Amino acid sequence: MMRMIGRRLALGAFVMWGCVTLIFVIVRLAPGDQASVALGPDATADEIAAARTRLGLDEPLVVQYVSYLGRVLRLDFGESYRLGQPAMDAVLSRFPATLQLTVAAMAMAIVAGLILGCLAGGRPNGVVDRVLSSTAISLQSFPTFWVGIMLILVFALHLRALPSAGSGSLSHLVLPAVTLALPQTAIVARLTRSSLAESMQDGYVQTARSKGLTEREVLVGHALKNSLIPVVTIIGIQTGVLLGGSVVVENVFAWPGLGSLIVDSVAARDYAVVQAAALLIAGVVVVLNLLADLTYARLDPRIRVGAGA
Amino acid sequence: MTTTSHPVSTSVGHDAATTTPPLPEMRRRSARRVLGWLRFLPHAVIAGYLFLAVVGPLLVDYDPMVTSITDRLLSPGSTTSDGSTAWLGTDGVGRDVLAQIVLGARTSITIAVLTVTVCAVIGIAVGLVAGYVGGWADTVAARLIDVLIAFPGILLAIVIAGLFRPSIAIVVIALSAVGWIGFARVVRGTALSLRERDWVSAARVMAVPRRSILTRHVLPFVAGPVVAMATLEFALVVLAEAGLSFLGIGLPPTAVSWGQTVAAGKEYLEIAWWISTFPGLALALLVVCVGLVGDQLTARYGGKR
Repeated sequence: MMRMIGRRLALGAFVMWGCVTLIFVIVRLAPGDQASVALGPDATADEIAAARTRLGLDEPLVVQYVSYLGRVLRLDFGESYRLGQPAMDAVLSRFPATLQLTVAAMAMAIVAGLILGCLAGGRPNGVVDRVLSSTAISLQSFPTFWVGIMLILVFALHLRALPSAGSGSLSHLVLPAVTLALPQTAIVARLTRSSLAESMQDGYVQTARSKGLTEREVLVGHALKNSLIPVVTIIGIQTGVLLGGSVVVENVFAWPGLGSLIVDSVAARDYAVVQAAALLIAGVVVVLNLLADLTYARLDPRIRVGAGA
Repeated sequence: MTTTSHPVSTSVGHDAATTTPPLPEMRRRSARRVLGWLRFLPHAVIAGYLFLAVVGPLLVDYDPMVTSITDRLLSPGSTTSDGSTAWLGTDGVGRDVLAQIVLGARTSITIAVLTVTVCAVIGIAVGLVAGYVGGWADTVAARLIDVLIAFPGILLAIVIAGLFRPSIAIVVIALSAVGWIGFARVVRGTALSLRERDWVSAARVMAVPRRSILTRHVLPFVAGPVVAMATLEFALVVLAEAGLSFLGIGLPPTAVSWGQTVAAGKEYLEIAWWISTFPGLALALLVVCVGLVGDQLTARYGGKR
């Protein structure tokens, strides 16, 4: 177990280094010099040259890269010229809102997805199963921003039941969280269903049935735990996807999270904030994947000893 | 690990055809015939979209620069000032919504086809080398993928497309940055299993160059899974492109795209619901149909991801 954790940690560190490097490359390749962008169109050539020297942009690329790595290690991403504060501070001040939205959406998706998946998987090809499999496909096919707009149209503009934009109260959270949760529910439900349907064929389920347990006891007590391993993996991965993927939905609902900060910063070429935000999200994703790995090592002893991994 | 951000995942699909209730022979036969034809409905819809994408500009007379004050926000079915009918209404500056949907199909499908092609080529190359050559090549590919999937796909696309000059090419590059991974995984898996097959071993024994083994004895067998993967990727790309253009990232402002129309309609949601609604429906119908075809292909070629 310790060896596995060690290997996972090393891989995580490597991935983070890769992400830092990738972002560095993208930002260096992008047209438009950071110095001239920050100073605006009225800056003179001398001012730009001075800024380039100050930002270290006239050093050789290797030197820039090494000093960049050093600064990233100290979590120093520089100053946001647009917001006038350290980039990481700006990102961290927006992070809680995104986290709130992601957690709310994922919690809904897990609860609804597991329940629907159990109902469908407990009786393959039953009514629930058929309805679920067809709705799941359509839920995953609608663009989330459009679903969000349709929810605004119905619940905010016609029924006047919920606010259409902004944040602050629980009612503000409902529409964006539901929008994000719908496709995730479909993913969790489909996976639970297929994984459960597979477990229900296994020998130990036959044994449990022949002991005279009710179908519900068999499902909850025996089949479900074994079916959860792929579901846990998905939940880990999808939470990361949501963190970054909520960008579009945050935009629809004017949710003051990381997503809107990233979009605005990209538009304004605020490189410092873009780098800090992208790396923060990548870091969270790496940690989430690590947690998912450890969770299913707990669920399945075979992985713990390294046989399944 | 599996790629799971797919909106139209197929590996968990199940056979609806396995349990047909007992019916008299005649009815069963005709029912099966109807079902058989229904299977091709998504193909027909996709063909319709492709047709629109190719000849669309000939069918509709649309100029994104031309605006008309008198025709603003007309509801679906109203008559415009020049006597024609706006079947799906007009937008905030008097442009026809149906025309925008037709031209948006062209943008979406062009980007999707280009992106899927780029992704397939890169993915096949990486997957073949990683799976067949193995060793360090496999390790390098695996670590590269680990790094790329640490960024939620749309995030990397936003950063790339947003920082460079808007064009169709940059959207394709941005969406391909992570799009090839699915192909690489599928091809790697297939190549790995093919490596030990008899005809490949035989070719190796006869000192056929590795490049020829890859292209003549391995490549043909990855075609099926790659085609199945391509349909899934197509659906994903259409969704992602709409997301980007909804945010106003990537495409030049003169391009017509579904995401842009939906975004523009958001301002007028309360008084003109049709502007945002119809492009979204057009997009969803395409994605559903591509997903259904993808499910059929995956079931047939067993492209296990």
